[in-house]
Amino acid sequence: MVATQETINKVNEVGSAYKYGFVTDLESEKAPLGLNEDIVKFISSKKNEPKWLLDWRLKAYKKWLTMKEPDWAMVDFPKINFQDIYYYSAPKAKPKLNSLDEVDPELLKTYEKLGIPIKEQEMLAGVAVDYVFDSVSVATTFRDKLAKEGIIFCPISEAVQNHPDLVKKYIGSVIPMNDNYYAALNSAVFTDGSFVYVPKGVKCPMELSTYFRINEQNSGQFERTLIIVEDNSYVSYLEGCTAPQRDENQLHAAVVELVAMDDAEIKYSTVQNWYPGDKDGKGGIYNFVTKRGNCLGNRSKISWTQVETGSAITWKYPSCVLRGDNSVGEFYSVAVANNSQQADTGTKMIHIGKNTKSTIISKGISAGKAQNTYRGQVQIQKNAKGARNFTQCDSLLIGDKCGAHTVPYINQHTPSARVEHEATTSKISEDQLFYCLQRGLDTEQATSLIVNGFCKEVMKELPMEFAVEAQKLIGISLEGSVG
Amino acid sequence: MSLLEIKNACLKLDNKNILNGVSLSINSGEVHAIMGPNGSGKSTLSYMLSGRDGYELESGEILLDGQSLSDMSADERARSGLFLAFQYPVELPGVGAMSFLREAVNSRRKFIGQEEFDHLAFVKEARKEASKMFVKDEMLKRAVNVGFSGGEKKKFEILQMAMLKPKVSILDETDSGLDVDALKIVSDGVNAQRSDDNAIVVITHYQRLLDYIVPDFVHILSEGVIIKSGGPELALEVEKNGYAGMINAA
Repeated sequence: MVATQETINKVNEVGSAYKYGFVTDLESEKAPLGLNEDIVKFISSKKNEPKWLLDWRLKAYKKWLTMKEPDWAMVDFPKINFQDIYYYSAPKAKPKLNSLDEVDPELLKTYEKLGIPIKEQEMLAGVAVDYVFDSVSVATTFRDKLAKEGIIFCPISEAVQNHPDLVKKYIGSVIPMNDNYYAALNSAVFTDGSFVYVPKGVKCPMELSTYFRINEQNSGQFERTLIIVEDNSYVSYLEGCTAPQRDENQLHAAVVELVAMDDAEIKYSTVQNWYPGDKDGKGGIYNFVTKRGNCLGNRSKISWTQVETGSAITWKYPSCVLRGDNSVGEFYSVAVANNSQQADTGTKMIHIGKNTKSTIISKGISAGKAQNTYRGQVQIQKNAKGARNFTQCDSLLIGDKCGAHTVPYINQHTPSARVEHEATTSKISEDQLFYCLQRGLDTEQATSLIVNGFCKEVMKELPMEFAVEAQKLIGISLEGSVG
Repeated sequence: MSLLEIKNACLKLDNKNILNGVSLSINSGEVHAIMGPNGSGKSTLSYMLSGRDGYELESGEILLDGQSLSDMSADERARSGLFLAFQYPVELPGVGAMSFLREAVNSRRKFIGQEEFDHLAFVKEARKEASKMFVKDEMLKRAVNVGFSGGEKKKFEILQMAMLKPKVSILDETDSGLDVDALKIVSDGVNAQRSDDNAIVVITHYQRLLDYIVPDFVHILSEGVIIKSGGPELALEVEKNGYAGMINAA
């Protein structure tokens, strides 16, 4: 067991480094390949974590060992060798480039179309440029402003150090460590992510975005995000980036937990554009994400908006547990699958409290040979008197080699509840296309326009600047799929 | 040189001859009406000219302002200044009328080397043109043709024509589905576009529209060929005697 020995040595090294004040060159650090208890310990000690968190990780790891990968999703991929993954490397091992001249010209073309400033392009493409001045100053002003309001917004590893009580209280409270295979894995090995805490009666004055945490961009395959919003407070959180990230990682298994107290509101928006693999389905990211919000308080509201255009495989069901009376859950989703992409995405709305209300609007777009599945569960529990759900699933097919599937599960245990489900499947008609062409729009423009029209109900839920880029992005994702 | 030149155009659909050698020469400043019974090839002619997929010429040639259209796609033809007002305008759910119009106009402007409109300038221009057509602002906020009445659809077509400033406009049965009041508004809109720099081709079954848009020339299309050409009086003859007499005489 060479690998194990190597780990033990590493752990020992790290352990002794602490005594001397822990000064290490983070750039070169990497845990050995594979996963075992020592790796979990290694990660925890790297992050200088308290014992309770290490124990929590180890418990999750043990649970994970007993679990099986879920096989019910309509996705097909070769079995993942979990011993063939690096679970810790900081920052992520991307090949560093010296200038934009070394970047894949295709990628640059896309950046250009999205109108992304040069500096940002360099950052996204992984060009080794020193942004310390920029990002530090941005982050600092930004944090000062938030701190004045009592809002905490920091990497979760930092929150573990500075706000351990909050983290301890809420981590795993929405998504138990043994919730599912990937969530258990994440609980054992998560490396970083975001932490947000909004105290009582505060409306967060700006959209919180991972964008502002430029230096934390490389938080790894196993991100963990925790957002807690107290009574009468509000936050809007933007995740991701509209530009394609040059990321070679195969597996992304993130966990996002949201907690909303009485009259609190959380709006969580995602634009996911990871590398989808090439036209023949070679390469690309496996995006296996568990996201769930707990509407713990009465009249609380959690709203998920997602635009999913990237990844080879998307397995993702941002959900709401509507525990508080009169709480509201919303899910707005656009999932684009082109070429050989596979998407199995949807939501769960679990109605527990009285008069809880949920809305699901899902727009699936399939092109090329892609398969796109909406999978959703609406559960109305016994005490959820007067609960209401409205679900609308629309699928748009481009070409005749792709597929769209809608799999709704409805469990209703309360006579006074009302559940509505509507589903449509349509194609971009030749008439629509010709009408646009005759007005001088080219095929790409026309497709983008029609598809964005199809997604409008979801797009209008996105913050303005985000929506504009997401629109362009959908157009780019579908390039070459018509005509 | 004529603005639109159709030379001996032949076209088959599903192996059936639809156009059998149409020739027509249209100069700047002229309005031509093409009349004909159902199935004479009128709509096919408009699709062929505008370059719809599947409506490629079997033989013959079309020139727009001296440039051959054969190798140009539908959108290139449109940007070059060929406009088709649809008989049945197509619904585009979720696509705002104003933004659609702006994309279309800017594509054309860019192509002919004019500066693209910014958002504000465009809205101002569009509102000005829209008010001439009695098109309300509210309509431009809706999705393209979705929930538009028959009259609104045709007004929107002509509004697009006014904004795009094409060299040649083909109006395919623009009078269908219009009441008298809407017919007058739409016709006034078309007449306002008449100028020495462009040409208009009006395709219609009925003479009625030609009371409002008075053509310089009238052509009768039957079984894919033009069997008779003349002045406005030809339309009146159709109105009086129907197509049958003319077709038999031809």
